Amino acid sequence: MAISAQTDADAAAEAPTPGLITRLARGNIELWANLLVITWAIVFMAWQGTGFAITIGTVFAIWAILAVSLNLVVGFTGLLSVGHVGFFGIGAYTMAVLTSNASYEAARTDAIPTYGWPFFAALPVAVVLAGVVAVVVGVAFNRFRDDIFVLVSFGFAIIAFNTFLNLREITRGAFGIHEIEKPAIGGWVIDGELEFLLFSLALLALVVLVSWLVVSSSFGRVLTAIREDEEAIAVFGYRVTHYKLAIWVISAMMAGLAGGLFASWTSFIDPNSFILLESMLLVSIVILGGLATIWGSLLGAMAFVLMEEGMRFLPFIPPEYVGQARQIVLGVLLVLLMLFRPQGLVGKYRL
Amino acid sequence: MTTEPADRTETTEDYSVETIDVSKHFGAVRAVQELSVSIPRRGITSIVGPNGSGKSTFVNLLSGVLPLDGGMVILDGVSLRVVHAHEVPDLGATRTFQEVRLFDQISVWDNIMVVLTSRKLLPALLERTKQEHRDEAERILKLVGMWEKRDSLAMDLSYGQRKLLEIGRALALNVQIYMFDEPFAGLFPQMIEPVKDLVRDLRDRGRTIIFISHNMDIVRELPEHLIVLDSGRLLTEGDVHEVLSREEVIEAYLGT
Repeated sequence: MAISAQTDADAAAEAPTPGLITRLARGNIELWANLLVITWAIVFMAWQGTGFAITIGTVFAIWAILAVSLNLVVGFTGLLSVGHVGFFGIGAYTMAVLTSNASYEAARTDAIPTYGWPFFAALPVAVVLAGVVAVVVGVAFNRFRDDIFVLVSFGFAIIAFNTFLNLREITRGAFGIHEIEKPAIGGWVIDGELEFLLFSLALLALVVLVSWLVVSSSFGRVLTAIREDEEAIAVFGYRVTHYKLAIWVISAMMAGLAGGLFASWTSFIDPNSFILLESMLLVSIVILGGLATIWGSLLGAMAFVLMEEGMRFLPFIPPEYVGQARQIVLGVLLVLLMLFRPQGLVGKYRL
Repeated sequence: MTTEPADRTETTEDYSVETIDVSKHFGAVRAVQELSVSIPRRGITSIVGPNGSGKSTFVNLLSGVLPLDGGMVILDGVSLRVVHAHEVPDLGATRTFQEVRLFDQISVWDNIMVVLTSRKLLPALLERTKQEHRDEAERILKLVGMWEKRDSLAMDLSYGQRKLLEIGRALALNVQIYMFDEPFAGLFPQMIEPVKDLVRDLRDRGRTIIFISHNMDIVRELPEHLIVLDSGRLLTEGDVHEVLSREEVIEAYLGT
């Protein structure tokens, strides 16, 4: 005790009093991260124009729903899942199969049964189906934690991808599914870019609201305790497995919602949208923004989308390499974060 | 949780915790061997023994943190061959850990609050912070002297503060039996006295306190009942002063 006090005093004596700017920069990384990402977003969108801003906004909304939902599991509960893309895919394929009008391709490939449901009938099914699969997977995964959990969630992502690829009678395999419905309320079809953006942002707002209600409840506090020490919290009368399963299912349902939205937005999906890499990008977004904070996931998703799009404008990267370059940049960023700021931009928890 | 467990278990039984031939082994190491003890209701019991004598393992078995390999635990009159950790509070018991196990990356305040709120999943999901829980958390934090630190992360506390907070977290649960694994270890002398007071206060409120200690001054002073373990076996058990004067105890443990 006396020894540590001594070193502290020494360190304080040696360090010169920092200037105002240094103190500002050092003092509040969170503030700077917020300012940077928001300013970047505004400048970038103003520069590129409305159409670009609308596209970026929609991409952001979908990533943000995924990031917020994954943060419930990774950041708040401490279960590092790299299989979230599986639930995203289940939502997307449910939407695609139920709403697609794929008959025009029947001559070219094996037709899949189509149902021609409206968007708003298919969306709840997408959400519930992701939830049901999550219950089954969650019951199987419940006994695992830490690194073993990472491995089994990795396995889930691979199984999900291969199911999308090979269950041709339902998913058309590598051909993908075309002609996925846009949302329609009465006679009003939300097919304009701006309308779709607003609709996506509304769903994002809903997800953020539900997530906030969850994490600020007594239930949410128990999740953080489970993250910190699940044996210790069990001693106080909590059935840890029930809590973990519950948040796993809630999170998966939100990912299913994002999937349904994504399928409708692109109007075409194939298994390549649901590869493991997408899951890794998503985990990176969550860690970049910060674990155990909803705002952090919004910030992380925005930073990611800006970076992804922004790299197209860097003159020294040929356009055909932009896709790979964004992965390298994100990889480097992840390593730097773990080295220098393990809690992410505005995080409340360090891995 | 809101009902007073002391009322619920108002029986004529003399013992709050009993074990019958409890065993636990880790591979070839027999940490606890056919241990049978009877811990009196309403009072302080201390468990002593050399390092590796199975004290912590025994408390881990009583609280369901480790599964039993054999034997039976009777908690407040309920016989158990399998002790589930999450059922232990309902059976009227809680504990602290030898190596302080707080919820490190949440606040001191939340470390207490999490013990007070609803155990049932759906009500917990709908439950916002209640005033009664706030009041109780405030009372507990003031009791263990952690009120000023309530917004700090638990990981930022000093060792002694962490120890106190963990005791506070156990006290936040209103149960009959409190098991403290080395509550006095590593505390500054000026912090030992307040912890003793907390233990005495529990006894005065009719609770059963079981604590592990290496500090013989405290063992002579605080408990009425003493359990001496040696190599996973019960060496002897009984009234503290009587046990401490026994020849085999002096030879095996105190004499060294």
